[in-house]
Amino acid sequence: MDNGALSGIRIADFSWAWAGSYATELLGFMGAEVIKIESMQRPDHTRLRAFTTGQVFESLDQSYVFNHINLNKLSIRLNLSKDKGIELAKRLVSISDVTAQNMRPGVMDRLGLGYEALKQVKEDIIYLSSSARGSIGPEKGYIGYAPNFGAFGGISSITGYTDGPPNYMRGEMDLISAITGTFAVIAAIHHRMDTGEGQHIDLSSSESISALMGEVFIDYTMNEKIQVRKGNKDEVMAPHNCYRCKGNDKWISIAISTEEEWNSFCKTIGSPAWTHDKKFSTGKDRLQNQEELDGLVEEWTINYSPREVMEILQKAGVAAIPSFDSEELYKSSHLNERQCWEEIEHPVTGKHTVYAPPWKLSDTPAKITRSAPLFGEHTHQIYQELLGLSEEEIERLEEEKVIY
Amino acid sequence: MPKKALAKVKVVEWAQFVSGPYCSKLLADLGAEVIKIEKPGTGDESRRRGPFPNDIPHPEKSGLFFYLNTNKRGITLNMENPAGRKIFKELIQEADILIEDHQPKVTEKHGLDYQNLIRLNPRLIVTSITPFGQTGPLKDLKAYHLNTYHSAGLGYLTPQSKPGTSRQPLAAGGYFGEYGCGLIGAVATLGALHAQRINGRGQQVDISKQEALLSLCMVQASRYPNEGVVQNRFHSQGEYGDIYQCKDGHIVEMTNEENQWQAFVELMGNPEWAIDERYKKPAFRKEHYKELNRNIAGWMMEHTKDEIYHEAQKLGFAVAPVMNAEDIVNSEQSKAREFFSEADHAEMGRIKFPSAPYKLSASPWAMERSAPLLGQHNEEIYCKRLGFSLQELEDMKSNGIM
Repeated sequence: MDNGALSGIRIADFSWAWAGSYATELLGFMGAEVIKIESMQRPDHTRLRAFTTGQVFESLDQSYVFNHINLNKLSIRLNLSKDKGIELAKRLVSISDVTAQNMRPGVMDRLGLGYEALKQVKEDIIYLSSSARGSIGPEKGYIGYAPNFGAFGGISSITGYTDGPPNYMRGEMDLISAITGTFAVIAAIHHRMDTGEGQHIDLSSSESISALMGEVFIDYTMNEKIQVRKGNKDEVMAPHNCYRCKGNDKWISIAISTEEEWNSFCKTIGSPAWTHDKKFSTGKDRLQNQEELDGLVEEWTINYSPREVMEILQKAGVAAIPSFDSEELYKSSHLNERQCWEEIEHPVTGKHTVYAPPWKLSDTPAKITRSAPLFGEHTHQIYQELLGLSEEEIERLEEEKVIY
Repeated sequence: MPKKALAKVKVVEWAQFVSGPYCSKLLADLGAEVIKIEKPGTGDESRRRGPFPNDIPHPEKSGLFFYLNTNKRGITLNMENPAGRKIFKELIQEADILIEDHQPKVTEKHGLDYQNLIRLNPRLIVTSITPFGQTGPLKDLKAYHLNTYHSAGLGYLTPQSKPGTSRQPLAAGGYFGEYGCGLIGAVATLGALHAQRINGRGQQVDISKQEALLSLCMVQASRYPNEGVVQNRFHSQGEYGDIYQCKDGHIVEMTNEENQWQAFVELMGNPEWAIDERYKKPAFRKEHYKELNRNIAGWMMEHTKDEIYHEAQKLGFAVAPVMNAEDIVNSEQSKAREFFSEADHAEMGRIKFPSAPYKLSASPWAMERSAPLLGQHNEEIYCKRLGFSLQELEDMKSNGIM
């Protein structure tokens, strides 16, 4: 028996790339049925290439990127550049609860698949539109990928070394935008439960990033202060940085907040003479002289592995956690006990490891129920079972490149 | 008046700083009634963090606290005191959702862990947002925001830099990771609420910050088990885009599609080096990245952010200026979308802040109440809601319960 938190919800999913696909994948983890609408005329670019690494995939079914952010979904082929394709898309929407799309604003409207049009087909449809700058405003048609969202949203400008350039942000920008979209969709589902009304969700990926920096904007509107890059530094804590450890590119993050933690830290590292230096006696002093302090802390951490530093300092009540790399995270006994990695079988690429849903729900667990769909894998099944098309009709539509 | 998406939902928040409060703020912004519990005397940790007007610290004047706690009611309650915990249990019996962020050993010690709470109210959703979750060998480790970011592998990938990895890994600026954990917790909480409204049962929502943040780099991280590749801060981008310095700032340029690259070449005025046949191939551009980069960088330095940005977008390729707080607040796009909102606060006066990261057409975001002063709603909640008399309230104050 399917007992996902969103069981019974169906998504007609026109979304693609990372920012669109991950939003509906999360809904699928909670049990929603996600039908991804694809076409040879415009395949999801994550099936073709990985922009982060430059890898090009041999077939549409071999991308580790696509296969990670489209788990649990069904895939049908449908060509939206044909009138009959639009008709079929509408029929699919008419039996769905949610539509999601992240094309450039205006494209779905031109296709006759905008919110107002689909509302005629399904009055209470919940319709997520996600785009770089949102679907209204002078920059509404502008496009962007993850690094652009980081630049638009403001996080690039405050991430990096004090003396370095703004950071070129990556896929996490797309995923934050996607998660925000998921949040808004479930909120709209709640609204529909109360009122029977559907609605349109206009999501700007740029704003989804800015929303996570509220205090940075208030510092400007309140004090005209423009925050800048400051490495790992904190407003009140010091030490507060990553310190080099034994090994190649191995680091420990240490953050000290209270006097109690500072005293315990000093004692644990053997109270070397510098710990009694006046320059470091109060929190304020340590903050002021933190560059010098960082160097002294590192003279101690460099003798140990990150794991050793963590164990020694945590025992003393000091927040020390390694800056883990992916090998350590994959091998982590903690994450493995919590079943965070799953090995799944994909019909083309075989066994591969994916990351489990990022939340543990005790009564309606989020689950990976199937590997990412092959391109158009469920075309016949869905046209027959959900839309009642005959095998002959499907063949004819394939010949006409409507199902393509 | 438009309806609120979570109009009938009751939330108790026993959390502080960023993640837990942001999670419940997201619910409060949708119309849920959120009662925030703060420690008597000192209150939420975020009250001691800026921005403060003119940089003068004051517990009622934190911009961070304001942003994270709008639309909530605030009470003080001493959870170290058994009588305080008894009142907490009364609040819980009325609630749909509890958002909390305490170490598992603390909730267990107080008998306020999920197993105990669900007995008091079987409809209760308990969302716990902690550094390492409710189970596993690391569950009670101490971690501040710097540590949680690095615990997830995100720090190890930051910043993306060309010279290599000689310098230390970084966390993203501000409290970005902590907010992200709150957002991810809010998605799961809304999902659990959907189930509760159908089947009448509450459940535990266990959010590990490590896992929430690791999900943001899961594609990069899973390259280790699948390809044996440990990705680090070295940034090999090139053929598809990069960050450049221009005349008056920085530009992120992305030319993921061939037609976008051609549009870029056109924007640069079809320089000789770029119309060379060989440059039409992404593989060649990747191979000769250094030369390509020098050429693009030279062109960028002759132009301003705005020139490059709008012209490029007109030609259909993804360029973004690196915007700071000032740029974003004053941008025409933010203004047209009314992304920033203003509200009055009893101690700080008028505050301008980001509204919500979504526009819901039928249940729009609205600012209904400013962030609570410490204990502002004690009388409303304790007397009107829980039936204590004003005298009892005074007694509880003097006994250190609230």
